[in-house]
Amino acid sequence: MSVKLLFEHLDKPGIRNLEGYRSHGGYQTLEKALRTLKPDDITGEVKKSGLRGRGGAGFPTGMKWGFLAKPEGVPRYLVCNADESEPGTFKDRYLMEHIPHLLIEGMAISSFALGAETSYIYIRGEMMYVYHILQAAIDEAYANNLLGSNIMGSGFSLDLHVHCGAGAYICGEETALLESLEGKRGNPRIKPPFPAVKGLWGCPTVVNNVETISAVVPIVRDGGDAYARIGIGRSTGTKLISASGHINNPGVYEIELGLPVEEFIYSEQWCGGITKGKKLKAVVAGGSSVPVLPAELILKTAAGEPRLMTYESLSDGGFETGTMLGSGGFIVMDEDTSIVKNLWNFTRFYHHESCGQCSPCREGTGWMEKVLHKILAGKGTRADIDLLWDIQKNIEGKTICPLGEAAAWPVAAAIRHFRAEFEELTSQITEPAGQV
Amino acid sequence: MDKEVRFSDDALQLVNRITSRYPEGKQKSAILPVLHIAQAEFDGWLPVPVMDYVAGLLRMQTIEVYEVASFYSMFNLKPVGKCLIEVCHTGPCWLSGSDGLLSYIEKKIGIKPGETSPDGMFTLKTVECLASCGTAPMMQIGEKYHERLTDEKCGEILDACRENGERVTHWSVKRIQNDKA
Repeated sequence: MSVKLLFEHLDKPGIRNLEGYRSHGGYQTLEKALRTLKPDDITGEVKKSGLRGRGGAGFPTGMKWGFLAKPEGVPRYLVCNADESEPGTFKDRYLMEHIPHLLIEGMAISSFALGAETSYIYIRGEMMYVYHILQAAIDEAYANNLLGSNIMGSGFSLDLHVHCGAGAYICGEETALLESLEGKRGNPRIKPPFPAVKGLWGCPTVVNNVETISAVVPIVRDGGDAYARIGIGRSTGTKLISASGHINNPGVYEIELGLPVEEFIYSEQWCGGITKGKKLKAVVAGGSSVPVLPAELILKTAAGEPRLMTYESLSDGGFETGTMLGSGGFIVMDEDTSIVKNLWNFTRFYHHESCGQCSPCREGTGWMEKVLHKILAGKGTRADIDLLWDIQKNIEGKTICPLGEAAAWPVAAAIRHFRAEFEELTSQITEPAGQV
Repeated sequence: MDKEVRFSDDALQLVNRITSRYPEGKQKSAILPVLHIAQAEFDGWLPVPVMDYVAGLLRMQTIEVYEVASFYSMFNLKPVGKCLIEVCHTGPCWLSGSDGLLSYIEKKIGIKPGETSPDGMFTLKTVECLASCGTAPMMQIGEKYHERLTDEKCGEILDACRENGERVTHWSVKRIQNDKA
């Protein structure tokens, strides 16, 4: 049996509406929190749960909450990052579309814990139809005293607003998101100061992903210890995985962390194997930014251990032989896929999405796209492969925000694991690259 | 521009409601929603006089509005057809046949990405990942996601758009008016 914490009632009729959500225990956890717990107790439970940020970075949520500055007389904000844009990731859209009240309940509990009286959900602009679903759910919650002033007579008041973006991957980076929410271009901020000290409008702010905030509900309901018993080691709880590419059953799955990757790919319960009975070639396990791994390394670690869906197991071997769980955007490629063309596609994406602030990223992503285009056009040389390697090295770690790494890592991993494919496409000339 | 640059009363009410979501003096935060409204009000794009009008509404410098409008991919700085077809072409959609879908659309309406059909009905645009990877290939028209597309299904949708003949934008002032908060 698989454990379901977020999607336990997903298939119940009417779960999108307040009545349906409430008939399956919805908002009882908020009531418990407001009536029986102190804000710090909730943070304590979240710390005990071992919950890690589900947006991609995997930073311990309780610790992030613990950093929140609490100066007297200064408002604090909770901002939910619903700007889901990492290629291969579509779990937050799915969650908000199907069970919006779970996120709203999570926002209310988390805002209470953090002492925020106004909170925002920053949803990506393209998901306008989801905005309407969320807003309808928020309206229901207001009408039933689950949001607004003096919630359930507890004395706690919360205004929750949905804010629409307008198309910019970079706004998924938390400080770019805050800039955007302040009405500016989404240029990431230099840190420190971190949002916990100086965030939205200069006030202490916590930014958490949709799935992270939703997970607070079962954590507060069952207790942090119960949550921590699910999963393996430091990978506690469940994770939503967005599965796409050449698989028979693409979709969003809630898995208990620790599920073997092989079972996830081949079991009928999950991805159901590779389409048309083809062989597995490679997997990008955590959204387009994480290193691609060839079949043999995604199924087993370099040491021959079965690879598990956990933060630790997926990153076992570092970037030499491992990858990252990231956002859980699990992109599967069959034996006929061109790794170079897929990489060019991703690199074009990062070039398009670079905010332009830092030269290594702004220029480097464009150069990588051009060099890959040249290789795909059959005009590349072996020296171009080295040039690509060189460019990605000169982006990594040299930018204000992690978009630099996000663009560099896929290039490095593709060359590391699939160099032969690049060589097949390039002439043996080792002269300097020339015009691209 | 033929039209006087002024939002409808309904749109102005909506602007007031949206700006009230942000603290006193922070009405600039409403710029993205208000530019979405502007596109809904003015044929799906943002001519300079419209951006200047928005600057006045939110008490911003015009340059601040231009900076924002030119940064976000959903804001169109050139006229667009009544039906803006946005086809996702990022990795997972590409693995699932977005190239084929795109060339089908190109043939069907006779334009390439970035172009508008001579009758002003369609503009074709490629966009980056819309978080619909499990239901690829896909396209967005207005607020609607059209997923798991085959050529046939896509053809029917485009035919229906042409038959309907109405302009479709991401935001609809009428639709948002129904929301309460």
